Amino acid sequence: MSSELRYTANTQLEHLHARYTGTGHADLTKNYSRIFGFACNHLSSSAIAEVLTVKTLRSEWLTHQHRDTLSSIVGHPTLTSFLAIADGVSIARVKYDMTQKMLQPCGPPPKKDDD
Amino acid sequence: MSPPGSPRLIDSYTAPKEILQEFADLAEEENVDPFAETAKTRQIAARQSDYHNRRFDRVAVDSADAFQEGGSDEGGYKDAMRLARLEQEEARVRRAIEEKERQEREEGKMKMDLDKTPPAAEIQDVEMELAATKEFATPREQSGTKRKRRWDVPEPSDENADPNKVDTGEWSKEALEAAAPKKRRSRWDATPAETPGTETPKRSRWDQIPVVQDTPMVPIIMNTPGLSQDDKHNRYLTDEELDAILPATGYVIVTPPPGYAPMVQPRKLQSSSVTEVGGFYIQESSDAAAVAAAAGLAPELPTEIPGVGNLAFFKPEDAQYFAKIMKEEDETELSVEEMKERKIMRLLLKIKNGTPPVRKTALRQITDKAREFGAGPLFDKILPLLMERTLEDQERHLLVKVIDRVLYKLDDLVRPYVHKILVVIEPLLIDEDYYARVEGREIISNLSKAAGLAHMISTMRPDIDHADEYVRNTTARAFSVVASALGIPSLLPFLKAVCRSKKSWQARHTGIRIVQQIAIMMGCAVLPHLRNLVDCIAHGLSDEQQKVRTMTALGLAALAEAAAPYGIESFDNVLKPLWLGIRLHRGKGLAAFLKAIGFIIPLMDPEYASYYTKEVTVILIREFQTSDEEMKKIVLKVVKQCAATEGVTPAYIKHDILPDFFKSFWVRRMALDRRNYRQVVETTVELAQKAGVSEIVGRIVNELKDEAEPYRKMVMETITKVVATLGASDIDERLEVRLVDGIIYSFQEQTTEDQVMLDGFGTVVNALGIRVKPYLTQIVSTILWRLNNKSAKVRQQAADLTTRLAVVIKQCGEDQLLSKLGLVLFEQLGEEYPDTLGSIIAAEGAIANVVGMSQMNPPVKDLLPRMTPILRNRHEKVQEASINLIGRIADRGAEFVPAREWMRICFELLDLLKAHKKGIRRAAVNSFGYIAKSLGPQDVLSVLLTNLRVQERQSRVCSTVAIAIVAETCGPFTCIPAILNEYRTAELNVRTGCLKALSFVFEYVGPQSAYYCDSVVTMLEDALTDRDLVHRQTASTIVKHLALGVAGLGCEDSMLHLMNLVWPNCFETSPHVIGAVMDAIEAMRVTLGPGVLLSYVLQGLFHPARKVREVYWRVYNALYLGAADAMVPFYPDLGELSEGKNVYDRHPLQVFI
Repeated sequence: MSSELRYTANTQLEHLHARYTGTGHADLTKNYSRIFGFACNHLSSSAIAEVLTVKTLRSEWLTHQHRDTLSSIVGHPTLTSFLAIADGVSIARVKYDMTQKMLQPCGPPPKKDDD
Repeated sequence: MSPPGSPRLIDSYTAPKEILQEFADLAEEENVDPFAETAKTRQIAARQSDYHNRRFDRVAVDSADAFQEGGSDEGGYKDAMRLARLEQEEARVRRAIEEKERQEREEGKMKMDLDKTPPAAEIQDVEMELAATKEFATPREQSGTKRKRRWDVPEPSDENADPNKVDTGEWSKEALEAAAPKKRRSRWDATPAETPGTETPKRSRWDQIPVVQDTPMVPIIMNTPGLSQDDKHNRYLTDEELDAILPATGYVIVTPPPGYAPMVQPRKLQSSSVTEVGGFYIQESSDAAAVAAAAGLAPELPTEIPGVGNLAFFKPEDAQYFAKIMKEEDETELSVEEMKERKIMRLLLKIKNGTPPVRKTALRQITDKAREFGAGPLFDKILPLLMERTLEDQERHLLVKVIDRVLYKLDDLVRPYVHKILVVIEPLLIDEDYYARVEGREIISNLSKAAGLAHMISTMRPDIDHADEYVRNTTARAFSVVASALGIPSLLPFLKAVCRSKKSWQARHTGIRIVQQIAIMMGCAVLPHLRNLVDCIAHGLSDEQQKVRTMTALGLAALAEAAAPYGIESFDNVLKPLWLGIRLHRGKGLAAFLKAIGFIIPLMDPEYASYYTKEVTVILIREFQTSDEEMKKIVLKVVKQCAATEGVTPAYIKHDILPDFFKSFWVRRMALDRRNYRQVVETTVELAQKAGVSEIVGRIVNELKDEAEPYRKMVMETITKVVATLGASDIDERLEVRLVDGIIYSFQEQTTEDQVMLDGFGTVVNALGIRVKPYLTQIVSTILWRLNNKSAKVRQQAADLTTRLAVVIKQCGEDQLLSKLGLVLFEQLGEEYPDTLGSIIAAEGAIANVVGMSQMNPPVKDLLPRMTPILRNRHEKVQEASINLIGRIADRGAEFVPAREWMRICFELLDLLKAHKKGIRRAAVNSFGYIAKSLGPQDVLSVLLTNLRVQERQSRVCSTVAIAIVAETCGPFTCIPAILNEYRTAELNVRTGCLKALSFVFEYVGPQSAYYCDSVVTMLEDALTDRDLVHRQTASTIVKHLALGVAGLGCEDSMLHLMNLVWPNCFETSPHVIGAVMDAIEAMRVTLGPGVLLSYVLQGLFHPARKVREVYWRVYNALYLGAADAMVPFYPDLGELSEGKNVYDRHPLQVFI
């Protein structure tokens, strides 16, 4: 791919991200492999920072998955009623809980860097 | 040897004189530059009008940066204002002098030569001579002044003239003189009487090329063959040369008589172009070549410059600019500044003259280094280039682009150069070329964002009441751009002040014009500020200056036009003065007021509109009789606008407007001028919307028999438009008789076969429908008679008319007439003019359409064989008409024709697949389908498969489409085996063709492909594992169509197999291939479900290699967009990653009952 093509592809990607939440890109896993190797042996301070960064990015992807799951439950009446029966609460309560949970489905986002 | 009486024999034979002459001519021709003529038309300056070229007269000043700490006082606002004042005064004095001289001349006081004081005489001479050179150099511009000016742009000389002067003569002599050589008064070669140092250092003439500084005409003269005094062949001999040639004694050098001035002053001009160079750089021996090139002495120009490399072209003028980099220099001796200058010049030369890749890198470099170079050195080099007279569009575009990029980088560093940039860029705003205007706007908008509003205002303020109308005009436009860039509200206080300026009417005029330009440029975006803008200029309606009042009315018109249909409440204040004004004004002023009213009335509520229309109608009707063309056009426009408003009743129009309207505008004279013609037609059609068809048509129908053809045409066009929009139901029986009669008459009487008459005839007859039956015999006999006319045009028109009337004739039940027409047309198929032949075939097709194949006369079995040879005709119109007819026959009546004939046609059709027009190819491809349907697919298919072997790509592609269509019409089972068999051919083209055909087949047959997917899997295996990229691409396309076709039909096993074959291709980089592969994968998502795909994708989302990840994420994103919800159950369980507060378990999914 020539530099220009890559350039246009990136602008398209940005456009895509702006338009559709939940889409990802290759940098969600920046330096993942390097850290993978590092983590086994020794962890320098910079490596820890990088692990944290990776965690942020990966958690982003996972958070999207969770939100999708929750919205899917809210959107399918059969699933909602199934959960309502299992939990012994009303359907509206399940819907409300799920919607609330979508705010931070996996807890607070991990810190971006360690300063 | 020869007897004495006989003519003397020549001792050698030589070629006749004519032949020698011919060779000589040929040799001369070789030296002629065939592009010399066109080169001039490419130059912007040579093309533009005098008015546009007034940009060369402008003077720019440094604008001090008020925001700079301890900014220098030099060249600031004060100076600019003082300079402007000075120029105004200068212009005034000049006008006074000229006026006086004119008067004297008129009174006959002036004796021609000797009476005058020497300096004045010299001025006069030089000016005349310069005017003469200018005329000679730009002969086209003479006619250019005659060009129609936009009516609302006041005439420049008009504006320029003394406001107190009653006589606003158009292009009178003094106006011309004032326009052209005005600025050259202070020139060194013109007025020795004046002090040579008139140019103060502040008036830096940066905007002109130093070399040609004082003689801007020179470059053009140099380019004009025949007048090139600088050319080495016909330059004048110098005194030294003459001394060398002539003996020293024996003659006397005569002094020229007193008062003699040569028509062209060769010596002076030449010396200026060479020795004046001294002001620009120090002439050294090493760049003598450059100077020589500049002077046109050295014929060949370099295309390779040290440090620049190869250039696309190089003009003599470039040699002047870039002389410094033309020679080799020792870089160590140069100062940093000089190095920088040379660097900039090299980059600019690359950008201006380089090939695209060179240009691109240079542009990037100059942008990146812009801040490093600094605004000063950059603009000192760029701007003079833009003022070059021999500039061409492409060069200008590139230089403007440089400015744009550089501006962006320099940001507020640009402040001191704002005025200089404006002087160069403003002319772009009034360029004829749309893109130049857009570029100009872009630059000024960026400039104002970089420099800030305050600085822009202080820079442009002096130009607002500049003496030159041209400067004011462009400044107003530039201001409107500033307003759109920085927002109208921020500029409003300034505009208010300017529009109320007490000091000069020019300032008020320009202020109001700014508002007008804002409205024109911003359109409905003025709505939020409409009231403010209207209030800003409202008082101008009662200004003491006529021009200001006119401009105010035009401004209001523009505002109302931009605001339509909203914002009437903002115009409350101006309604009264406007409506009073139309009673007070005459001529141009009245026209402007009427224009404003015309645009305001449509905004009003119905009852107000009605009232105000009645008020203005009196004046309008009075002006109906005007002899002024512009006024006529305005009046027509206003009538149209009034008639279109809701509040104006039909009765009012009928009683009060129509009688006078028809009396003054429906006269023969109006048909002669194209623009009047159109305006009258439009207005009448608009009136018809209110008054009704019969009212209007009844008034003009008799004119269809007028003796003037243009007038008949105008009537016909109006009737056509009225009937087309409103129908013919309103037309009563008597009118119908007159109408049809008139139409037939005017159709027969036309001398030039015109589309208008044809359209009119067709529209009216179709609108009348069944009512036209009594006249049909007459009409058809007219057509028949004209079909046998001598002129091909007449025959063509008759055939075209048949096409339009066929439906109506059938409606009226006149089948015999149709069959008679059909027969006559059939006999005419031998027509030799292709245009006419095309029309005849189309007419035959139209008849066949309405009559039906079984009733068709001539019978289809006779008609079709007659068409076969015509298919070979290469003319587009003929091809299209015949393929349409044949397709129709194949579709509806294939059984009437023997199979052998159809096969013949099949072979002819193959040629049509090469046609340029898409419609023809599509019709041909469809015809294959129809033919295959009636004949059975085998024969047609074998023809098409054989055609896959031909060379032309287009033909092959069309064949594949045709195969697919045959497969669709006859069932895929008839074709797929044949295609699979053909795929085994060793030829690449054939295999690709087969794949392509299959891809179309599966695209067309859709869900039916479920029956065939197992049969093609082996072939697809082969294709998807082929080395050839195109094979895999086409196979991916097949997979896509197949997968989409069989979704949900239980073919998942074979689809999964194909998926495994497609998937490795996802790393392809060629755009088409990767596109096809991604499409196939998308289609797989539909068939196999996103879960399966997700399991493929998860493998690579976190791959260590970025290139891999990029591709996988792309697929993931596509998946996510297509089926985010369906992927929820398939996401991997990542609960083990949870730590602390972050829990990644998806608990709701783990619930069970």
